[in-house]
Amino acid sequence: MHHLWLIPALPLAGFLVNGLFGRRLPKAIINAVAVGSVLLSFLWVLQVLNGLMPLETLYVERYATWIASGSLDIPYELAIDRLSAVMLLVVTGVGLLIHIYATGYMSHEDGYYRFFAYLNLFMFFMLTLVLANNYLLLFVGWEGVGLCSYLLIGFYYLKNSATTAGNKAFIVNRIGDFGFALAIFLIFIQFGTLDFPAVFSAAQPLPAESTAGILTAICLLLMVGAAGKSAQVPLYVWLPDAMEGPTPVSALIHAATMVTAGVYMVARSSALYLKAPLAMDVVALIGLLTAVLAATIGMTQFDIKKVFAYSTVSQLGYMFLALGVGAFSAGIFHVVTHAFFKALLFLGAGSVIHALEGEQDLRHMGGLRKKIPITFLTLACAWVAIAGVPPFSGFHSKDEILLAAHHHAPWMYWIGVVTAGITAFYVSRAMFLCFFGKYRGHHHPHESPVSMWGPLAVLALLSLGGGYTHIPQFLAPVFPLAEGAHDFTLVAISVAAGLTGIGLAWFLYIAKPGLADSIASNLGGLYKLVYNKYFVDELYFATIINPAIAGSRTVLWKFLDAGLIDGTVNGAGHMAQWVGAKCRRLQSGNIRTYATWVVLGAVLLIFTIGGVR
Amino acid sequence: METSFLPTAAEYLRLLPETILIVSGTILMILEGLAGPRNRKNLSPLAIAAILAAMAATVAAAGNPGPAFNNMILADGFGAFFRMVVLSAGLLAVLCSSSYLTREKADSGEYYALLLYSMTGQCLLSTANELIMVFIGLEISSIATYILAGYLRDDARNNESALKYFLLGSFATAFLLYGVAWIYGITGSTNLEEIRRTLLNPESGASPLLTGVAAALMFIGFAFKISAVPFQVWAPDVYQGAPAPVSAFMSAGPKAAAFAVMLRVYLTAFPSIGDGWQTMIWLTALGTMIVGNFAALTQSNLKRILAYSSIAHAGYVLVAVTAYSDTGTAAAMFYLAAYAFMNIGAFAVVSHFSRTGEKYVELNDLAGLAQKQPTTAALFSLFLFSLIGVPLTGGFFGKFYIFKAAIDSGLIGLTVLGLLSSAVAAFYYLRIIVVMYFHEPGDTMDTITSPAPGIQIALWTSALATLLLGVFPSFVLDYATTSAVLVR
Repeated sequence: MHHLWLIPALPLAGFLVNGLFGRRLPKAIINAVAVGSVLLSFLWVLQVLNGLMPLETLYVERYATWIASGSLDIPYELAIDRLSAVMLLVVTGVGLLIHIYATGYMSHEDGYYRFFAYLNLFMFFMLTLVLANNYLLLFVGWEGVGLCSYLLIGFYYLKNSATTAGNKAFIVNRIGDFGFALAIFLIFIQFGTLDFPAVFSAAQPLPAESTAGILTAICLLLMVGAAGKSAQVPLYVWLPDAMEGPTPVSALIHAATMVTAGVYMVARSSALYLKAPLAMDVVALIGLLTAVLAATIGMTQFDIKKVFAYSTVSQLGYMFLALGVGAFSAGIFHVVTHAFFKALLFLGAGSVIHALEGEQDLRHMGGLRKKIPITFLTLACAWVAIAGVPPFSGFHSKDEILLAAHHHAPWMYWIGVVTAGITAFYVSRAMFLCFFGKYRGHHHPHESPVSMWGPLAVLALLSLGGGYTHIPQFLAPVFPLAEGAHDFTLVAISVAAGLTGIGLAWFLYIAKPGLADSIASNLGGLYKLVYNKYFVDELYFATIINPAIAGSRTVLWKFLDAGLIDGTVNGAGHMAQWVGAKCRRLQSGNIRTYATWVVLGAVLLIFTIGGVR
Repeated sequence: METSFLPTAAEYLRLLPETILIVSGTILMILEGLAGPRNRKNLSPLAIAAILAAMAATVAAAGNPGPAFNNMILADGFGAFFRMVVLSAGLLAVLCSSSYLTREKADSGEYYALLLYSMTGQCLLSTANELIMVFIGLEISSIATYILAGYLRDDARNNESALKYFLLGSFATAFLLYGVAWIYGITGSTNLEEIRRTLLNPESGASPLLTGVAAALMFIGFAFKISAVPFQVWAPDVYQGAPAPVSAFMSAGPKAAAFAVMLRVYLTAFPSIGDGWQTMIWLTALGTMIVGNFAALTQSNLKRILAYSSIAHAGYVLVAVTAYSDTGTAAAMFYLAAYAFMNIGAFAVVSHFSRTGEKYVELNDLAGLAQKQPTTAALFSLFLFSLIGVPLTGGFFGKFYIFKAAIDSGLIGLTVLGLLSSAVAAFYYLRIIVVMYFHEPGDTMDTITSPAPGIQIALWTSALATLLLGVFPSFVLDYATTSAVLVR
């Protein structure tokens, strides 16, 4: 036994301590509990991996039967293989850094203990999700991280926009989870079990479906779930709004870990997807569409966190592109490098916002390079990483994805390259607007404390060197290595696209400031369309939300609820009260009456048993 | 084989829990006389120690299951399960009692001795393998409980409660004894396995009709103890009148033991009359659920609400008995265990809240408890949710397994009606929560103090057990499933 359960149990203990007693505890203890529990969890992951290496096969620990009902048998089982090992290291490692950062970032906030309790609870659910060995336990973690995400987006619950954003995230995710739940039902119907090894080995001998069949249906429904959690078209709309939450939450949940749960789930189900090529194509197309759409929106936003939020959506699109073209290990590789550089971008943005006392608008920044140099230097590392500049981390993983896409369908590669250029452009734009030129705001920027820049520095190193972790090779026992030789021309093209993006941004925002605005006004309609995020929210309101509200109000509420249901319920209630009053009459309090009842009952029973004979 | 009437060491071990309880009870009685009035309140730790020792003995005895004392008792896994349920119920009752007795100025060792004797009877019932033993166990348990129900001698409600319980209880036990006599007349034995062999033997000439009537007569005795319709009339009056910790115990311990003996007697001895028996239980189960749940709707006294609720819950367990299958037996066992914790937890809150002289036992007295004592209100809500059968509590899985067993046995009609009546039950439980959380505190909250340590331990233990059974039901259910087979 390697006691895998300790990995999620430690943050859970932290949640219980801070959640139950945090109100009365001093900050130092809250910090120690919150950070300490994640640190211990991280160390335990290392300890477990140290004991299990090389971990070429799945290692399972069974604790007890959870549900046994008819043919449904679901155990409490945690399992670890190389895929979950990678995820565990990312979740606990990056999670630890973000916890440390948050002790500095949140130090002036009310509800300090509540924040860390939620954060620890999130870690518990996320680790459960990663360690689960069956779909149902994974679903528990899946819903749990959704709950924590909701709680943390709405952390500033007195702010109307925060609670609305929380609700939006929750409701949009329900749509995805509905699909996921249906997928789980179908898996159980098809395979009679929900255990990963059993399902996948049962799927192994099946032929790949050339037309849509049950496996395609399962995979598409799983994709609906993944699209909700990982913010893919058409369910991505919640993620940009989720930036209403505190910045460490954006970094941990809405960039590094939770949103990659969909990628993890699809990768985990790769055995099913490989039998459903149609579903794979859908995954790749959705990924590509999301990558392009979100990247273009990112070019036009002025809220620094919104830029990075759309960037996250876009990068998640890349990961799904990888999954869809069959390069599962490349997708997970990108999950890892993205966790490093995107967590860094968000935390760095948080550091900027912290320095400017809450200012998030890029138009009110500028010239901060000299004022907050550490933040600038660390953010610059993330910048080169995401822009795909060799030899930094983003270059390696993006390259793997693009090569696999080219092998699958060259046109996907070309769109991917253009998107890579756009990505480099919008990140460079944000960097130039924020750190170069003249300071346009009116706060007095100050550098963040060491508890904040310390994690930034670690993440900066990881962003720079994370490409040499050889994740695809490490994952080889789980996923076959992606096909397609290392083609130097293709690599050069994608690097050139990234550099062009940076250069263009430099030209527009440093060399010729003002040119960008005139281009925007010249483009007129097109710019407005992108700036307003293609009016997707408005479209959803007009076609789905408003009709749903109107229908609920008239048909469901006034007619069904108030008329039919209330009428029935009230009627049933009155009848129940009437019967109750009659039953009460039996109770006279008189002992002779009671004895009579006993005798009558005896006679009745004896006649019953005699009569049936 | 040479017959020896001297029991072996293993046989003594199999009776060890009862022995510990009886001896400790007697020691308590003696200490009561020796200790001055001041020291009497210090006797409760002794009772707790005795119960814990009996629990340990139960575990030890379960390690070497088998019959003892010429087949009079059978200490098997089934018996061990119910011994643990009864002992847990007793332990929680003792924890609730010490502060209650001090409050009512009635500290004594005698009270604890009676509780231990009552539990002795129930432990014997759980393991009885012989109708004479059943009767003795029932009497030991009942007589002690009669006295406990009227323990506060100066309280008129206590006296009324004890007298009603005693008179009606004796009346019902007479039916049981009469049934035992019939069985002896028909089969010439009182040993359950011998009765089974005789009845299943076509050459024995046992009349099915007479056997059925005998079984029905015995059932009346058991049905009284579990407060099944139409023998439930005593329960509301007795539960309301008795001291709250005693009501808590009565609703869990004796009830579980009566179910244990009922399951063992009918499953072991009477497989030959299955059909008639099932019809009879079917009717009783339905009647019990309906009367319990509907009558509770119009009550305003908390103890009375809980009394009717305990009638309704007996109805649910009877559904599992009606299923007449191994899964049904296991479901009944699981439910009784879960029920013991959630119901004693609820009674513990009432016992704490009612204050001296049980002054505050009306529903409306609870108004605003959530503001004054959020923890107590939250724990009470947990128990009530479990009684309703909301997921993540033991009550949910209990109900789930019972109705699942019923469906597996083809009892669709009973399941539908049972679930409908349990929906009615949600009303009176939720009403308590509404009053606690949404009504403004009145002057009943002025004199409330924080719960005594004993009550706190009882509350938290029950809450923990309720949650554990709701999240990890398999630990208890697996044990119940393996031991349910033993009584078939």
